[in-house]
Amino acid sequence: MSAVERPVEPAAAVRPAEPEPAADARRTPGEGGIWVFILADMTVFALMFGALVLLQADDPARYELGQDHLHVGVGVANTIVLLGSSLAVALAVRHARAGALVPARRLFSVAFGCALLFWALKLYEYTSLGGDGVSARENEFFLYYFSFTGVHLLHVTLGLAGLAGVVRLTRRPALSDHERSLVETGASYWHMVDLLWIVLFALLYLYG
Amino acid sequence: MRRPNSALYAVLAVLVVATIASWWLGDDHGLGTGDVAIVAVLAVTFAKVWLVGMHFMELRHARPVVKGLFNAYVVAVPTALFALHLAA
Repeated sequence: MSAVERPVEPAAAVRPAEPEPAADARRTPGEGGIWVFILADMTVFALMFGALVLLQADDPARYELGQDHLHVGVGVANTIVLLGSSLAVALAVRHARAGALVPARRLFSVAFGCALLFWALKLYEYTSLGGDGVSARENEFFLYYFSFTGVHLLHVTLGLAGLAGVVRLTRRPALSDHERSLVETGASYWHMVDLLWIVLFALLYLYG
Repeated sequence: MRRPNSALYAVLAVLVVATIASWWLGDDHGLGTGDVAIVAVLAVTFAKVWLVGMHFMELRHARPVVKGLFNAYVVAVPTALFALHLAA
């Protein structure tokens, strides 16, 4: 049988995940404006990272004393929760592009659940620190800790709203090109929330 | 045959292992304190950021300007942070 006559592999026709794009088919996911926002937001967070590095360099012993009050296990758990949510979102985007909206919705719902779990773990850590008598007025370390993780938690909250919107979109029978782009936009924002936490976690819990 | 999503699962595995390893190493098991520990934490952290960007955000297939700005961030920010540490 020649290559031309060879039948198409049935599994390939129903495979939900999108194949890797060819090298010459470069495209950036989502609406163009989201990348301006993401890169600008990452730059603002870079200033916060710089503030933490300067604080640690100024007084390493005091910084370490502050770190000793944090629950590093909770920080690790939250990092893994966000990484898992990012994987779910990346898989969901591939399903959505392939038109498989039911598994896409399930995966976006998993990511939404992960975001809620992140919120719950953060609330537990804040409450636990409060129980130890620690507040943002304690010293500069905790001022930065509560401010920066609070700003990040605000991003998580906006991400929750975005994920809820994407879950709603994937309830439709099919997506238009614009709706597919909106799904990618929400996904890109969520990945940014994940990568900002990766750096905040390292600088607040491990650095020094 | 390799499953089309297997690369994403592999990236997650690397990210989780790197997270747990950096926690263990930072917890008085090897890195200790000082410049070496700081360079190690920054390098592992921004390698994780790069993996998220290239694989989960799909920037490896993005327009060169977006991919280039992201790559510049992943190199420039930890470099600037370490320079700040040395200068402080």
